[in-house]
Amino acid sequence: MKHVGEVKSSNYLLAKFQDLVDWAVNSSRANSLWPMPFGTACCAIEFMATAASRFDFARFGMERQAFSPRQADVLICAGRLPFKLAPVIRRIYDQMPQPKWVISMGACASTGGIFDNYAMVQGIDTIVPVDVYVPGCPPRPEGLLYGILLLHKKIKGESLFDHVRRREEQPLDDKGLRLPPETIDEISEPFGNSVHQFRSS
Amino acid sequence: MIPGALREAVARDGERIVFVARDRLLEAMRWLKETPGQQFHYLVDVTAVEFRDRERPIELVYFLRSLERRADVRIKVELRADEELVVDSVWSLWRGADWLEREVYDMFGITFRGHPDLRRILMWETYAEGNPLRKSFPLRGRFSRAEQVRQALNANPEAHYSLEELSIAEAGGDLPEDMRDRLRRGERGVIPDPPAS
Repeated sequence: MKHVGEVKSSNYLLAKFQDLVDWAVNSSRANSLWPMPFGTACCAIEFMATAASRFDFARFGMERQAFSPRQADVLICAGRLPFKLAPVIRRIYDQMPQPKWVISMGACASTGGIFDNYAMVQGIDTIVPVDVYVPGCPPRPEGLLYGILLLHKKIKGESLFDHVRRREEQPLDDKGLRLPPETIDEISEPFGNSVHQFRSS
Repeated sequence: MIPGALREAVARDGERIVFVARDRLLEAMRWLKETPGQQFHYLVDVTAVEFRDRERPIELVYFLRSLERRADVRIKVELRADEELVVDSVWSLWRGADWLEREVYDMFGITFRGHPDLRRILMWETYAEGNPLRKSFPLRGRFSRAEQVRQALNANPEAHYSLEELSIAEAGGDLPEDMRDRLRRGERGVIPDPPAS
């Protein structure tokens, strides 16, 4: 019986140690995120407002905006993404070092928004994995700040020792896609008012 | 004006619209640019209109302005959708027509005879779904979303630039392989000399 107790106790200590390491690493990561803004439309104006003095996301550790993907943690896609920019954002995402996160800011980046047409990506999650979706057209700066705080929460829940709790980067498959084609078709389906239009019309 | 070129002239609400025969377009435009008393030295825009009524022809519209005379005129050419959509390029008269005509070519599929570099300008060059502003084009495109995403992700963003834009002499071996291949095949044609002013 004594023997079992010893094993339990060493596991307990190991788990505590892992928790401590996770806490230290995750707090460091969450509280000093370096955002890489990818602004393509009006959401970028709200993004700039969020960065400026009144709202000031430097208060949440985003003091340094990285205008190079190689020194960035968070890709913030602010605005609609046309198909012509899809390889660009994918390359920027690939250039960012691990660990990395993506915030999809606004209705168009998240779903295609009102642009349900031939030129627009229906949600950037068909191109890069997204951690936080911020709704709005465009979102208020408070909305983006809330999204950033949610990302903090998500980062603090990750674990170096438990890979279920830490999503690694997914490379593109042999067809050059991130998701299976059926999934892309399904999440690109029209919704809301645009269900009354058809692909053939 | 050139005999036989003028189809119809409309003046309404202070706007002047002149319909010109397709095969006399270049002649008429040269006359408008070079004749004293016309002097339309500035090509403001080139665009096209396709109407919902299938019977109506596609209208190719040129907006001209004379800075000297402070006058505007709108030139229209009617093209039947069931015929070949070809007109003469006005690039030889106005260098600014280069990108304007490329845009009309991209969006409507109208070919400009004599254009030095007729490629798609808004959509990427390998875009295979058709001409988006035609009435026969479905709003969401012809391919499935997954296919559109696949083609977009496999596109090379650096391949959209022309010789002049990339400055080949400096780019040297950094050019993407498919572009070097196209250059070898001479697909670009020759770089036009700058206009003698």
